[in-house]
Amino acid sequence: MQQVISVKNINKTYASGFTALHDVSLDIRRGEIFALLGPNGAGKTTLISIICGIVNATRGTVSADGHDIKTDYRAARSKIGLVPQELATDAFESVLATVKFSRGLFGKAPNPAYIEQLLRQLSLWEKRDSRIMALSGGMKRRVMIAKALSHEPAILFLDEPTAGVDVELRRDMWNMVRGLQERGVTIILTTHYIEEAEEMADRIGVINKGRLVLVDDKTALMEKLGTKQLSLHLQTPLDVLPASLASFQLELSADGQHLTYSFDAQHENTGITELMRALSAQGLDFKDLHSKQSSLEEIFVNLVREQA
Amino acid sequence: MNFYGIAAIYKFEMARTGRTLMQSIASPVLSTSLYFIVFGTAIGARMGDIDGISYGAFIIPGLLMLSLLSESISNASFGIFFPKFSGTIYEVLSAPVSPFEIVAGYVGAAASKSIILGLLILATSRLFVDYSIEHPVWMLAFLVLTAITFSLFGFAIGIWADDFQKLQIIPLMVITPLTFLGGAFYSINMLPEPWQSLTLFNPVVYLISGFRWSFYGVSDVNIILSLSMTLIFMALCLAVIGWIFRTGYRIKP
Repeated sequence: MQQVISVKNINKTYASGFTALHDVSLDIRRGEIFALLGPNGAGKTTLISIICGIVNATRGTVSADGHDIKTDYRAARSKIGLVPQELATDAFESVLATVKFSRGLFGKAPNPAYIEQLLRQLSLWEKRDSRIMALSGGMKRRVMIAKALSHEPAILFLDEPTAGVDVELRRDMWNMVRGLQERGVTIILTTHYIEEAEEMADRIGVINKGRLVLVDDKTALMEKLGTKQLSLHLQTPLDVLPASLASFQLELSADGQHLTYSFDAQHENTGITELMRALSAQGLDFKDLHSKQSSLEEIFVNLVREQA
Repeated sequence: MNFYGIAAIYKFEMARTGRTLMQSIASPVLSTSLYFIVFGTAIGARMGDIDGISYGAFIIPGLLMLSLLSESISNASFGIFFPKFSGTIYEVLSAPVSPFEIVAGYVGAAASKSIILGLLILATSRLFVDYSIEHPVWMLAFLVLTAITFSLFGFAIGIWADDFQKLQIIPLMVITPLTFLGGAFYSINMLPEPWQSLTLFNPVVYLISGFRWSFYGVSDVNIILSLSMTLIFMALCLAVIGWIFRTGYRIKP
C-alpha cells in the first residue's frame, strides 16, 4: 500500500535539554487507521506536532502526501487536519464562524453547503450560532473535529479524541472515523483507551520514552505477542494441584474450581493434548472450558514494562 | 499566496473588535475627547498660541498619536497573544500560511482598527477644537505608516509576552511616557538645554513632529527626518518579526 506520511530519523530535543524523540522513523499507509499508543510523556504529541508543523524537529525529515513539511509546507499542511488533545477553542466565537475561519485559514474558498453538511453530520448545525463557551465539553470536542475537517483534509490526526467524552459520543466518533476512512481519509490517532485502538486501528505503533518500540498490523501483533489462556471449570473443586500436573503451567483459583493454562498459540505444540490426557489420567472432569487471547492492553502493558 | 488565509485572520480580528466596540472604539474616543475638553477647551483657552497655532489645535496631532501608538500596540499584541494563551495558535501554525501572511492578517487588522479609531478621534475633536489640515495626504500617510509600524511592534510584544502583565508593560511604562515627553503637549523648542537635545533621543518626537507638520506646516524636526525615523523603526520591527519566525521564538518550540 502506498505511504502517505513518511517520517525519517526524527529527533527532538527541547531547549530545556529534554529529548522527546530519538531517531523515530515511521511510514503511514494511505487510507489506513493507524493508532499510536504510548504512556504519558512517551512523545506521541511531540511526533504529531512535528508532522503538523507546530513543533520544529531537531533532526530528520517528514513528508506528507509526497510533500516535505519544511520545503513544501503549503502543499503538505493543506493535506492535514489536526484535532489536538487540548480543547483549545475561541470561546467567544460562534460555532459557524470558527469553522469558517478554519476553512479560510487553510486556503479554501467558502463552501456553505459543505460546512452545513459537516455541522449536521457532527450534530452541530442546531448550535451553529451558539458561542463556543456555552457548549458542553463533548460539543466542544465536536467543534474541534469540525474545524479539522473544514478544509477536507486527506490525512486526519486525532490526538486523544475521546478523552473525557461520554460513551455515546465516543461511539459517534468511531462511526465518523470509519466513515472518513471509507471516503479515503488516512487517520492517525493516539489514545489512552486501548480498546479504541483494538476496535478501530488497522495498524498499531507503540512509542515509549521517545522511541518507536514497534509497528505492526493489529491482528498480526495480537497473534505474535499475545498469549492464549485455556480456562477449565472443574466438576469437583481441588485443594491442591496434583503432582502429576506440576509440569504444566497451571494456576488453580482460590476456590479450587478453576484451572487456567497459559500457552503460546504460535507454537507448534501448544501442550493442550498432553494436558487433556493428564487431566483424564488424574480422573479430573470439567463442566466447561473456554480459551481467550490476551488483549491489546495486556500486550501494550508488557511492552512498556519491558522497556522500563 | 494564501489570500483566503490572510482574509480569515483579518476578518476574525475585525470581528473581535465588533464584539468589543465599547472597549475598542468608544473608550479611547471618549478618553481622548476628555483631553480635548480639559486641555483644549478649558485650560487651552487661557494659554497662548504655540508657533502661531491655538493650544487646543496644537495638541491634536500629539493626542492622536498617543491613541494611535497605544491602540496599535495593544490591538496587535493582544491579537497574537490571546491565541498563544488559549492554545488556539496551533491552528495558525499548522495551516498553510507563510509568516508574511500571518503578519499581514494580524497586523493588517490591528492597523485598520487604529486607523479607523484615529479618524474617529479626529472627527470627534472637531466638536471641541477648530483645526485645519494643511497636507491631508501626508497626514493620512503618517497615520497609516505609524499604525502599521506600531502594530508590527505590538505583534512582536504579543509574541514576547508570556503573561498579561508583560502585555501592558511596554504601552504603559514606555510608550505613554515617551509620548507625553515627546512634544504631545508642547513644542520641544520650549524646553531648555540639555532637555531639548536629550529629547531628540526620544523616537516619538519624530512621529509627533511629522504628524503636526502635516496638520499645520510647522515641525520641531525636519519632515524628511521624521519620515526616515518612522521607516527605520518599521524596518527594525520587521527584522525582529522575521527573526521570531526564523527561530520560532516563543511560538514554535
